[in-house]
Amino acid sequence: MEFCHDINDYGIIGDCRSAALVSNNGSMDWLCWPKFDSPSFFAAILDPEKGGRWKIAPTGSWQARQKYREKTNILQTLFSKTGAAVRLTDFMPALTLEQKNSTFLPAHQIIRLVECLCGEAAIECVFDPRPGYGTQTLTLQDKKFMGLRAETRFGLLALQTNAALSVANGKASGNFSLKKGQKAWFSLSLSDEYPASLSPYKDAWFEQLLRRTETWWQDWSSKISYRGEFESAVLRSALVLKLLSFAPSGAIVASPTTSLPEWPGAGLNWDYRYCWLRDASLTTHALLSIGFLEEAEAFVSWLLHSTRLTRPSLKILYDVYGRWPSEETELRHLSGYRGSKPVRIGNKAAGQLQLDVYGEVINSTYELLNGREKLDTEIKEMLNDFGRFVLSRWKEPDSGIWEHRGRTRHYTHSLLLCWTAFDRLLSFEKKGLLRLEKKEAYENARNAVKDVIENQAWSESRQSYVASLENPDIDASLLLMPWYGFLPYDCDRMKKTFSRIKRELSFQETYFYRNHDYEEGSFNVCALWAVDFLANGGGSYGDAESIFRRFLLHGNEVGLFAEEFDPKSRRQLGNFPLAFTHLGIINAALALANNRNKQERTKP
Amino acid sequence: MNYAGWLVWGFAGTIVLTILMSFSQAFHMTRMNIPYILGMIVTPDRDRARLAGIFMHMANGWILSLLYIAAFHQWDGPAWWKGAVIGFTHASFLLVTMPIFPSLHPRMADETYGPTVVRQLEPPGFLALNYGIQTPVSIILSHIVFGIILGTFYKMP
Repeated sequence: MEFCHDINDYGIIGDCRSAALVSNNGSMDWLCWPKFDSPSFFAAILDPEKGGRWKIAPTGSWQARQKYREKTNILQTLFSKTGAAVRLTDFMPALTLEQKNSTFLPAHQIIRLVECLCGEAAIECVFDPRPGYGTQTLTLQDKKFMGLRAETRFGLLALQTNAALSVANGKASGNFSLKKGQKAWFSLSLSDEYPASLSPYKDAWFEQLLRRTETWWQDWSSKISYRGEFESAVLRSALVLKLLSFAPSGAIVASPTTSLPEWPGAGLNWDYRYCWLRDASLTTHALLSIGFLEEAEAFVSWLLHSTRLTRPSLKILYDVYGRWPSEETELRHLSGYRGSKPVRIGNKAAGQLQLDVYGEVINSTYELLNGREKLDTEIKEMLNDFGRFVLSRWKEPDSGIWEHRGRTRHYTHSLLLCWTAFDRLLSFEKKGLLRLEKKEAYENARNAVKDVIENQAWSESRQSYVASLENPDIDASLLLMPWYGFLPYDCDRMKKTFSRIKRELSFQETYFYRNHDYEEGSFNVCALWAVDFLANGGGSYGDAESIFRRFLLHGNEVGLFAEEFDPKSRRQLGNFPLAFTHLGIINAALALANNRNKQERTKP
Repeated sequence: MNYAGWLVWGFAGTIVLTILMSFSQAFHMTRMNIPYILGMIVTPDRDRARLAGIFMHMANGWILSLLYIAAFHQWDGPAWWKGAVIGFTHASFLLVTMPIFPSLHPRMADETYGPTVVRQLEPPGFLALNYGIQTPVSIILSHIVFGIILGTFYKMP
């Protein structure tokens, strides 16, 4: 079997429609085109033999490291050895509207520039696309100035380059040498509906695109309002979120990948290339708090649009256009990441009842709109629809935040979000923004949920809240109870719950497992919830800061985080990079910043 | 000449032709998009090109339908099969003259000299095969339908 990289070894590039993973040996091992959930063109990360890849790297033994150009999503891989250095720059063009109006660019394009910085280097390029998750064989044709072209089910794939490549068996490859100052460029485009746009064979054209893309990202980054010690981590997380947003609709996908395992061989391989409503509150809160009002509004607008078809019932996830994800299927021809089968596409969890998503949608709407003078009619109708739904269903068991398959319970986290739904609706009502048909029913329900949580989800014997009414297990999601305002951070029960969680679910006081149900790594966002909890008054500020600092150390060298982390092997696990983790980083950094300011203000 | 018939059925035929071509694109039969290519003559911006191209395409449809109607007048009146024959001839002419498009279009690249900063639009090539192997089928069928509409509904004065 061919070599498969560690998840840690990848950087990501994208254009707010699709994304690609590039390893630190210059291999593009994951690309779904033209949008996040489209079938892949390169999937070597899931099967090095059949998946397809596009590698550009110097031959022989080199040291490699990756970094982003400052405040951008332009990825650079630097190869070095004694007396020689080569830089590979990967990006998808991003231009201002004005520039787009005057520049005829391909609808979907990846540009790779390789440059010898010193000495001399022999460069190898292997372009081996396997569309349709490795199912389609291509016939590449060399059409000279029009590039190497292949018709695929998804459009015309065209590779243009100033390097000499030869074509054989559906792939193109070539070796060439570069001396100090010499460059080679590669432009890959996909034209799905219209005649292609061809790039001119000029170095200056690509350098201009690079400069413009850099300026575009830097202008976007300059809008961030967070100023603090963790600025680089917060900015990188914001850049990841922007990258995972789908510009035409405002949706944010959970991750650009599918089936990177939560634990090798455990079968916990899921397709995350969809938008989870559960992420709504955290997303809106994070974007608003660091100054990205436009993105927060676009996201909430997508939320309202995407849920229209199924209202008042909600699916837990949708595709970028608000449609249901495709049927979950297994791609048996792919070997999986490091042999970890199955590779799944589509997501069956979409059909589950998860009551917390109603609270999430209502809460994110509240986060965005509670300061407005009035709500428009459609939003009022939607809030009333969701309110009625939760009112009639909150006593039912559901699949919970962790999307248990084949098991429903009365999860405390779901009850918490039902309480949140009632509470925010009543707050809207109190502010005169919304008229609830049965205000008393909402007040009664809010009190009833609170009673259930306080009486039935509290375990005297364990001195902790528990995961569900049916089971006395502990769950890290309980740390969110004060985040939604259900309890103060510093109340006795929450402090005791945190102690229990720390005792049972943490490892080295830094890594937090979500519960005892799964054989898997520590769940990244749970550690960030712990930081938020401690910083906001649930514990010591110093402890919060210390956990956060240690947590940031296990991102990869370009600051990207997957869903989980195995503290023993020190490897990232699960889909990568994960929006939920990066949202958690932003919110945890904000909690630290806000509370540091409070501490400073209260100093004599 | 029946001016009302020309205006109405020339317009209707162009609409149907445009819809058929759009379906061909949606089903990945071809990337040929006549309004888009026409619009690119006046602007490099995709969205504006599509909008401008629609107007240019509709005007083209009316002008070219005059040729169909002139042929009906010379050919003992209209009939659906005559429209189909003219449509086929029109499409065939269009296809064989495609390779000269780069010399007429200010933003279309030339296969011999390659794309430039200004000329980046993919040229259609022989029988417009660069836009997909099924492009000739799509163009011929849509023009036959255009001719059938004119041949069926246009009435002699």
